Amino acid sequence: MSFEVDIRKTVASDRRRFELRVRFRSQARRTVIYGPSGAGKTLTLQALAGLLVPDAGRIAFDGSVLFDAGAHVAVPARDRRFGYLFQDYALFPHLDVRQNIAFGLQRGWRNPGRAAGGAAVERWLDALALRPVAAQRPHQLSGGQRQRTALARALASEPRALLLDEPFSALDPALRERTRDELDRLLAQIGIPLVMITHDPEDLARFGEHTLQLVDGVLDA
Amino acid sequence: MNAAESAWVPLALSLKVAGWATLVDLVLGIGLGLLLARGRFPGRELLDAVLTLPMVLPPTVLGYYLLVLVGKRGWLGAWLHEQFGIQLIFTWQGAVIAASVVALPLVLKSARAAFEAVEPQLEDAGRVLGLSEAAVFLRVTLPLAWRGILAGTLLAFARSLGEFGATLMVAGSIPGRTQTLSVAVYEAVQAGQDGVANVLVAITSFTCIAVLLLAGRLLPGRTLR
Repeated sequence: MSFEVDIRKTVASDRRRFELRVRFRSQARRTVIYGPSGAGKTLTLQALAGLLVPDAGRIAFDGSVLFDAGAHVAVPARDRRFGYLFQDYALFPHLDVRQNIAFGLQRGWRNPGRAAGGAAVERWLDALALRPVAAQRPHQLSGGQRQRTALARALASEPRALLLDEPFSALDPALRERTRDELDRLLAQIGIPLVMITHDPEDLARFGEHTLQLVDGVLDA
Repeated sequence: MNAAESAWVPLALSLKVAGWATLVDLVLGIGLGLLLARGRFPGRELLDAVLTLPMVLPPTVLGYYLLVLVGKRGWLGAWLHEQFGIQLIFTWQGAVIAASVVALPLVLKSARAAFEAVEPQLEDAGRVLGLSEAAVFLRVTLPLAWRGILAGTLLAFARSLGEFGATLMVAGSIPGRTQTLSVAVYEAVQAGQDGVANVLVAITSFTCIAVLLLAGRLLPGRTLR
């Protein structure tokens, strides 16, 4: 995997103006962007995913340009084929676990039905031990099950890379350690490249093959 | 003709007018509600205020505005008459317009609130999973906002059913053609036909209570989330 990123973005709200200036190159399979909360980590990840349009600059992944302000290129999020693990998972509350996992596999204007299946759905239900809760809605799940459902949903579409936003912060400390082990093993097994943002030094130690530091909106490497 | 029979014609007409008005409001309410909830443009709150005006304006003022707009010499009405030979005043379609305008704020307000309550992050989740904007709306936004919109729509139906003032000014009171339930009640009382009035009033009250009970069951806060 290779990311080439050089972007600028100014975010203005009523109270404050935040300036993001991120520049890095990474060839590592596992890149961790590390920084305190409020440093602009989530904005950076959103820009990689196509959920945030930078004001200027360029983003390339494995040689293909995803964003280039000068050339008016901005590949929409739906065409980037990245998996995104949201910090609080963003599971669809109106769908059960099975439907959530099948969500990205079903094209068109209708949601997958409660009997949605297919090899990928079955595989991830088993791999992440979600079969017993397949028919439950997200609000009925434990924290760990929610995280695994979000992970299964992201991986089922066979993304080119996985973007993880503070993947363990919503879990309690005891579970966090175990989940970190499990995710480490699973992702190594699949061999999917990943970019993780975190403020937790433990994540950095475990996943930081290539680490980058973001402070006050500035990353220059 | 006994009282029950003379009640049937205006009831059927009222249901037809209220049904069409609700359909119009559902489409407009979803479109405008989404625009007001997600759009970022100057004059957004002004647009909301103007569209809410029918809720607070006296019905006669509203009826007057509609006459100015779609009347024979109104700027839209004159054009429709010249181009297509369409006349809206004193027709049941005119009554639909009056009822739609009066009841629109009920759908619009609940649709805007329902759309604003949908987590933008859930829509982002749909986008990264490969969905087009239309699919995100149909598979994420609308299903999550649906209950709120439906509750507002039922209220709009009840409101349309009871619409009187603007309807009378725009559509008049032609028995069998534009005389809706509420207008028929007025006429019956004026003519001293207490028997007819009693039946009409009972039917109207019963229908509105049924609709309100249904709307209450669908109000947000009872969702399964």
